[in-house]
Amino acid sequence: MSVPVELVGQSGTVVRSNVIKKILKNPLGLSAVVVLLFMVVLAVLANVLTSFDPNFANIGKTLASGDAVNLLGTDSVGRDVWSRLVFGARTTLLSALLCAAVAIAIGLPSGLVAGYYGGKFDGVSNWLVNVLMSLPGIIVLLTVRAALGPSVWLSMVAFGILMAPGYFRLTRTAVQSVRNELYVDAARVAGLSDTAIMSRHIFSVVRAPIIIQTAVICGVAIAIQSGLEFLGLGDPSVATWGVMLNEGFKNIYLSPLLLVWPALAIGLTIGALVLLANAIRDALEDAEKIKAPKRGGNTAQASLATVRRRPDRTFSAVVEAGTEHHLVKVSHLGVGYPQADGSIKKVVDDVSFHVDRGEVLGIVGESGSGKSQTAFSILGLLPDAARIVGGSIQFDGKYTVAPTDDRVSQTRLSEYRGKRISYIPQEPMSNLDPAFTIGYQLVTPMMRVLKISKSEATKRALKLLDDVGIRFPEKTFEAYPHEVSGGMAQRVLIAGAISCEPDLIIADEPTTALDVTVQADVLDLVRDLQKRLGVGVILVTHNFGVVADLCDRVAVMQNGRLVEDGDVRDILRNPKDPYTQKLLSSMLEDKEPMTMLVSAGMPAAQAAARNDERDEKEMAR
Amino acid sequence: MSTTKHHGAASGAELLTVSGLDVEYPLKGFRRKPFRALTDINISVKPGETLGLVGESGSGKTTLGRAVLGLAPVTRGTITFEGNDISHATRAERRRLGRDLQVVFQDPYTSLNPSMEIGSILAEPLGVQGQSPAQARARVRELLDQVGLPSDAINRLPREFSGGQRQRVAIARALALSPKLIVCDEPVSALDLSTQAVVLDLFLQIQRDTGVSYLFVSHDLDVVRHISHRVAVMYHGEIVEQGPAHVVTRSPEHPYTQRLLLASPVPDPDRQAKRRNDRHRLLDAQRLEEASPISA
Repeated sequence: MSVPVELVGQSGTVVRSNVIKKILKNPLGLSAVVVLLFMVVLAVLANVLTSFDPNFANIGKTLASGDAVNLLGTDSVGRDVWSRLVFGARTTLLSALLCAAVAIAIGLPSGLVAGYYGGKFDGVSNWLVNVLMSLPGIIVLLTVRAALGPSVWLSMVAFGILMAPGYFRLTRTAVQSVRNELYVDAARVAGLSDTAIMSRHIFSVVRAPIIIQTAVICGVAIAIQSGLEFLGLGDPSVATWGVMLNEGFKNIYLSPLLLVWPALAIGLTIGALVLLANAIRDALEDAEKIKAPKRGGNTAQASLATVRRRPDRTFSAVVEAGTEHHLVKVSHLGVGYPQADGSIKKVVDDVSFHVDRGEVLGIVGESGSGKSQTAFSILGLLPDAARIVGGSIQFDGKYTVAPTDDRVSQTRLSEYRGKRISYIPQEPMSNLDPAFTIGYQLVTPMMRVLKISKSEATKRALKLLDDVGIRFPEKTFEAYPHEVSGGMAQRVLIAGAISCEPDLIIADEPTTALDVTVQADVLDLVRDLQKRLGVGVILVTHNFGVVADLCDRVAVMQNGRLVEDGDVRDILRNPKDPYTQKLLSSMLEDKEPMTMLVSAGMPAAQAAARNDERDEKEMAR
Repeated sequence: MSTTKHHGAASGAELLTVSGLDVEYPLKGFRRKPFRALTDINISVKPGETLGLVGESGSGKTTLGRAVLGLAPVTRGTITFEGNDISHATRAERRRLGRDLQVVFQDPYTSLNPSMEIGSILAEPLGVQGQSPAQARARVRELLDQVGLPSDAINRLPREFSGGQRQRVAIARALALSPKLIVCDEPVSALDLSTQAVVLDLFLQIQRDTGVSYLFVSHDLDVVRHISHRVAVMYHGEIVEQGPAHVVTRSPEHPYTQRLLLASPVPDPDRQAKRRNDRHRLLDAQRLEEASPISA
């Protein structure tokens, strides 16, 4: 265990080595790296690889084709094409680097400062950047050449300045997004200086986009520079690919090959730079792409594919006799996500329960217990990647997920969803579209589902808003979502959920995002409506208090399994399963203040470590 | 009332004293009135004591914690720490204060830099205070042990840990310099119930072992009752009630605290039904009370 550990500055290298590995695994990335390495080797070893000075002219041997002395022949004044190409690689690559260096040197620090401090510097530099970006680049470069003479280096410095705004904007945006992160606040509290915070915590955020941007900018610089030289605006005394291109074009009828070599070098290098930028971006994106499982592709998949298939419209199995009267019946449901290695990660495993009309079932569990996934599979709102790996779901005596389906049938479910099954979400604010009034968002679905006129739907919506306890229904009807509070928004969503007279309401943590006094009001509302309308409710929550307030029955879930279910009083008062017992014993209500909750008789650190071990074992099970 | 105390003179046994504190945020727009987040806040924390701050979203409880840490602008009033006025402390003074005044934030996912290993995260405050890498290394081991994490955590990244474990890393970072006061901003709100219990135990244990004081901000009255010696209730940027924990959280006097107490549901259907009825009765009574002066 006591391996000596280097504490400082390791994280960067660890991350980067992974990125490099990923780039090299990508075939396009690998070929880009190979091409660029080749060009770099040419540039570095130019003196060794050539036997002529790039400007040495042998007038006696012009426009010759390749032979043992002049590998690629000579140009119109008898200069060796191979030497010029190799030395041109050096000049071209160096000038591209110069351009990028200038752009970074100006854009990065100013972007860091502007993003981190904001204020006047930000205002002034933004103004300057806007001016720079509105300048037409080519014209500026032509002016620079006219004023300062035809120098590759000067024009690249000028072009670097023109490219700096790109870096500035990139850096500023990235910095602004992390400036108020809590870890930056924590560093401030620890007393780190601003420079230390920027270099340690903020620079790491900009590093990756800067590298990607630089690869692209280098490509653009080479293209622009070659373009200028091709037009004859370059410095003819320096061997670059652009100057060679110009020379080749003049002699295109006499020796077409003269044009091919520089064009090939430019094309390959720019292409490689762009591909490299793409490869870096792909490597830095964390999510690994998972290929859609092919039927019969591998053994684990094959066994699944033979049993389960996509639901089709015509197929409609008859549900088990004697269970038709349940409003919802979930039997042995399994939900899984295909992984990159072909296996399936189950998030819901062998879960069975039922809900009758007028009954409230609570599904309780901690994060990762699969309670929301279970609710979403009833609603048919699972992500595309999800697969039903076992079991069935029936609603009002008909299958929505038949025992052999591998996905929720959207066609079958669309008959019910919004009409007979409705949904109350966790985050009220993010479930209302900020661009439309609340009234519009209530009226439109009613017109569609209930096939009623707009005026009738409006009347109904106002009545619903009144029903859910909103004091001024007309005012709220006209309001946009940002004009109402979170509690009010949740009432609006509840009004929407009951607008089409559903038989089943699925509420996913409906009060978690609300303040506790607002939560109590919303719970009162849900209880009243449930009693009045006699609907069945599935309430997904982590809060036993909410369960006690609303539910008739409870199902407790842990790691995708249902560990215990039954009458609410039985479960809350005499939990049988150790996990339920542990959850209930973690409740603070009725506990003697300032006493240990889970670590009786041992240090809390030890109890915490033991808890971790138990969790890991549970996950591995 | 300005009760500025300098250099320990007459500061008594208080570790932290906040008196007459106003916090205002300037709003964009010419000559617009600034937004007042806190009004006339008076609190104090003794060594080894926990003051719980409870209130709903927008009540200003987090802002108060941030003002103490120097992360929110102090418009009026003073914040005194160990007898020194720190209301407008400079960066250098803050660095010295970092030794005694630390923080644990709510969200364990954004309070740790995702690209830094746990070891470097914990060593950072030590390095700022000029400890050598060898000293820091030894201290980091000790800290991990103190929060029940394995020592191989040093080389791992935050994303390899669960929410509860990350919060323990954040606690370890706060403990690194053996501070006298830790501002805890909703440190258990993002955690699951059983994880919350583990972390609360840890907070209590650390206080017993080290005698640290907490300014413990939470929206959850049960949590605050469990961990605090004294409790202050905040509402619309003001403190409406403050006193010993068992009094404020069991038989509160202020109407808002009463509503808060009866709004939090209890995990038993029959007791919850009773609490629900009590709450409705209270709301009716308060509504009557509110209405009476107008009708009179």
